[in-house]
Amino acid sequence: MGLLDANISKHNVLVTSVDNVMNWARLSSLWPMGFGLACCAIEMMATNASNYDLERFGIFPRSSPRQSDLMIVAGTVTMKMAERVIRLYEQMPEPRYVLSMGSCSNCGGPYWKHGYHVLKGVDRIIPVDVYVPGCPPRPEALIGGLMKVQELIRMEQIGISRAEALKKLEEKSVDPSQLIQQARKGAMAS
Amino acid sequence: MEDTQENKPQSAEVIAAKAAWQIIREKFGDAVSELDENAFMPFFEVLKTERWREIALFMRDDARLRFNYMACLSGVDYPEEEKLGIVCNLESLGEHGHKIAVKVKCCRDKGIIPSVMKVWKTADWHEREAFDMYGMRFGGHDDLRRILCPEDWEGYPLRKDYQVQETYHGIKVPD
Repeated sequence: MGLLDANISKHNVLVTSVDNVMNWARLSSLWPMGFGLACCAIEMMATNASNYDLERFGIFPRSSPRQSDLMIVAGTVTMKMAERVIRLYEQMPEPRYVLSMGSCSNCGGPYWKHGYHVLKGVDRIIPVDVYVPGCPPRPEALIGGLMKVQELIRMEQIGISRAEALKKLEEKSVDPSQLIQQARKGAMAS
Repeated sequence: MEDTQENKPQSAEVIAAKAAWQIIREKFGDAVSELDENAFMPFFEVLKTERWREIALFMRDDARLRFNYMACLSGVDYPEEEKLGIVCNLESLGEHGHKIAVKVKCCRDKGIIPSVMKVWKTADWHEREAFDMYGMRFGGHDDLRRILCPEDWEGYPLRKDYQVQETYHGIKVPD
């Protein structure tokens, strides 16, 4: 963010907007709810554990929906679980964010056609802010998704709605294919 | 392919299964079918469905059989025969070591198969699963509720002609 790198040495006074401070505080301690539904949860747990160490971003799973800001829907949402997911979401205090992790919770994944018991996408029951593709996504992908949530929080201002913040985020988006091509060129050259 | 299989001498497992089946055949006669002597899963069918629990009890308790372990109980749908069935994989674990499979069938519409949950405790939840997925009743089961699907789910998902319901509690189910 740069706030800590700003070399404030003389007067310990910093001038910024309330939005910035609030957003910085919120995105630096994003607490997801500690629940997993299938194999994606294993990757999520690996991301929380020491190798990928989510705590360096201030992300630490909480055991109660009432203390969490973020719901990571990690895995297959069955019809039986769908109602529980709605209830958990409703128990979370606002502002709350939802990250849909993996193909199953994005759209039903391999159960799209014949999985009679699977909800075909968790966005049928709760609003989703960030989708992470993959089956299951690697920890790097999940971290990417979490940083997208952080970016979304950074876009927020007092008085603008979530939809507007998402729109602002969309305007800022970069085409990943160019980045990938650049990285490939770099790799070829070296 | 089939010729070579028929020419092959029968494996010890099939021979043991045949010996066990003969004991059951002696006792129950027409109630059980011939043994299907395939190498993978030798099985016989219980032709008189209502005698299934009696046969099961005999298979468990007879000193020469001692099928003390139920490895699996699966459901099957036979739409062309208008029947539902179960396949039980039984084994005499730590005693005789022989294995056999038993098939029991019932009518597809409100058919009843005698429950063997009191014979092998494993059968309790397996029968509930077969009921959940295929909808056959198990006569004498103490707790025949759905085990995987929600209790108010419509239809039996593993039947060949199953059509998924449109909504569940207001949530759209199909793609």
